[in-house]
Amino acid sequence: MQAAFAPIDAFMSSARPKPLFPHRHLLGIEGLSRPEIEHLLDMAEEAVEVSRQVEKKRSILRGRTQINLFFEASTRTQASFELAGKRLGADVMNMAVANSSVKKGETLIDTAVTLNAMRPDIIIVRHHCSGAVDLLAKKVGCSVVNAGDGSHEHPTQALLDALTIRRRKGRIEGLTVAICGDVAHSRVARSNLILLSALGARVRVVAPSTLLPTGIDRMGVEVFRDMKAGIAGADIVMMLRLQRERMDGAYVPSLKEYARFHGLDDEKLKLAAPDALVMHPGPINRGVEISTSVADGPQSLINEQVEMGVAVRMAVLEALAQHLPNA
Amino acid sequence: MKDPGSRMAYAPIALVNARLVDPVSGQEGRGGVFVADGQIKDLGAGVTRDAISGDIRIVDCGGDVVSPGLIDMRVFVGEPGAEHRETIASASRAAAAGGVTTICVTPDTTPAIDDPAIVDFLMRRARDNAQVRLLPVAALTKGLHGREIAEIGLLGEAGAAAFSNGRRSVRNAQVMRRAMTYARDFDALIMHVAQDEDLAGSGVMNAGELASRLGLTGIPPEAEAVMLDRDMRLVAMTGSRYHAELISTGLSLEIISRAKKQGLKVSCGVSINNLTLNENDIGDYRTFLKLMPPLRHEDERLVLVEGLASGVIDVIVSDHDGQDVEAKRVPFAEAEAGAVGLETLLAAGLRLVHAEQISLPKLLRAMTSRPAEILGLPQGRLAIGAPADLIRFDPDEPFVVDPRTLHAICKNTPFDEARLQGRVKLTLVAGAPVHE
Repeated sequence: MQAAFAPIDAFMSSARPKPLFPHRHLLGIEGLSRPEIEHLLDMAEEAVEVSRQVEKKRSILRGRTQINLFFEASTRTQASFELAGKRLGADVMNMAVANSSVKKGETLIDTAVTLNAMRPDIIIVRHHCSGAVDLLAKKVGCSVVNAGDGSHEHPTQALLDALTIRRRKGRIEGLTVAICGDVAHSRVARSNLILLSALGARVRVVAPSTLLPTGIDRMGVEVFRDMKAGIAGADIVMMLRLQRERMDGAYVPSLKEYARFHGLDDEKLKLAAPDALVMHPGPINRGVEISTSVADGPQSLINEQVEMGVAVRMAVLEALAQHLPNA
Repeated sequence: MKDPGSRMAYAPIALVNARLVDPVSGQEGRGGVFVADGQIKDLGAGVTRDAISGDIRIVDCGGDVVSPGLIDMRVFVGEPGAEHRETIASASRAAAAGGVTTICVTPDTTPAIDDPAIVDFLMRRARDNAQVRLLPVAALTKGLHGREIAEIGLLGEAGAAAFSNGRRSVRNAQVMRRAMTYARDFDALIMHVAQDEDLAGSGVMNAGELASRLGLTGIPPEAEAVMLDRDMRLVAMTGSRYHAELISTGLSLEIISRAKKQGLKVSCGVSINNLTLNENDIGDYRTFLKLMPPLRHEDERLVLVEGLASGVIDVIVSDHDGQDVEAKRVPFAEAEAGAVGLETLLAAGLRLVHAEQISLPKLLRAMTSRPAEILGLPQGRLAIGAPADLIRFDPDEPFVVDPRTLHAICKNTPFDEARLQGRVKLTLVAGAPVHE
């Protein structure tokens, strides 16, 4: 498999001390070392404080251009990256792909080359094809952040989840984390299981067999088909969103059946550790994968995850900014 | 599960002076069975008229066979939607008369059994109207359309015994794969009638010389084999439990035999019709002999009988499927396939015993203990503590099948006017006499 991160080029690393985050792009969690992940989380802790002040503006990215290139609809991730860039002083442009030249048949590579000619410093990309962000990163001169590619990775989501857990539990090492739901199609699940394993958590995946990717049992996680067994004693129950088009007989028979056997409700949550925390990357399907009382209950971290999202993205942008030309 | 015996406390009953046939061990011997509280309380040579004390009904079987009641894994009952063809009450009467104490009803009703509410409806109707036990087999795909997985978990909780796509195969391999994958999480049994629709085409009988002479379109054995081969690959891939409901050819038998040797969780059934009749019985375009799968060549039938004797074939079903007169009194090609069979199942099977092609315990095994094992049922065996679902029959008693005396609503029996041997004299379900 190709490395997710291009090492910083030799000239730059010899010109200054080796940075704690030595990558030009953030394309995935795969390939990041534990110290690198922890460094990003430490930076994000500071960004949380910045975001809680009245004066949230920093100047690390002043004069820099950030393009949010979203080929797939997104509300919270795009807004989160936009806020993160603006708080660091960047000029942020959101590319509304629906109205763009992509609709006119332009290829991904042509789009990349065109944008590159506008001399952006950072491009944030979401694309419905796994590997598309990687491909785009090879064709541009600036830094690229993966905001979700197909069913592959969503690294900033995993980082924000880790930050949320670390702040609440004080650690990640040794925690039992149950990732529940559509693991097969979830980039959130992939990034999370890599990251959480790297930080020493015991990761379980819980799903009906139709929503488990082939070979998951060889990916260093414990696999459960029965949710009650899967979340028993878990410290963190991380629910995944089930896409509507997958609920209707193709992968699971119905919404009703999914909610019954794989939805998180108060009754099932009682099986987890008494101080278990509940997470969900959003947007939630109330009454399907998570009941309203759990989503809005005292164990839910769903809103906190959103706040951590901005902080983590600020940290990522700041870490990448160190490698920008003339930084 | 519904227990007919639970509604009323039936008086204890002792069947003595019987030839006890135990399908599990294959043993038989003289003795009796003592039944109380719906269960077999005592069993064997020690249960005699003299050994029974108190005011207990004693039935002297006069040397007749006493065995577990039959379990028929494939019965069409027209509830809901086709009550003119069969009702739970009429099917139950036919079953009791035929010595069938448990019927699995197929999901191809109108609407199909693809909703937990329909399973519940059937259980309630059976509680109120059936004398024998009824197990709903639910739809594997919604509406039996072969496109979307049905609510296997919820249907199972409601009481579905297994999942089937009715009389048609799931054509789309991806759908079948996902259904198997999903079913495995619930350890659900998938029952499938394997037939490639494209290969079967507009065929109405077995492909071969006879079809050509009759000018009828044939269904080749490969239509079954191709689908069954596909299914075996998917079973190997997904690890699901699979029962081929109706095999009719030597090719299919080979496929099942190979799958079993591979260690796959596979079983198979055969219709009593394919086991005891062949395509020549169609004779002069007799639509009562139009069946699905079609009656095959005599060579195929003999191979199936061997498969039954060797154990590759697990189960014999009646494939009871009443068709009204209008559906049969049309040209052969336009007639509906299907035949009633609950009342003739045992006697037709005994033909094989009388022809010395199979032993009586082995025949009964395929109609009692094997289906019970596949479905995970406690009945279907002669054992102390087992449910007292029992039948008494004289395997040699001759009779001529008279359609007018059949209890089923439809009279389309392929054994019309046939001379058979082996009438059921007594049927007990949970210790209660439901037919004498």
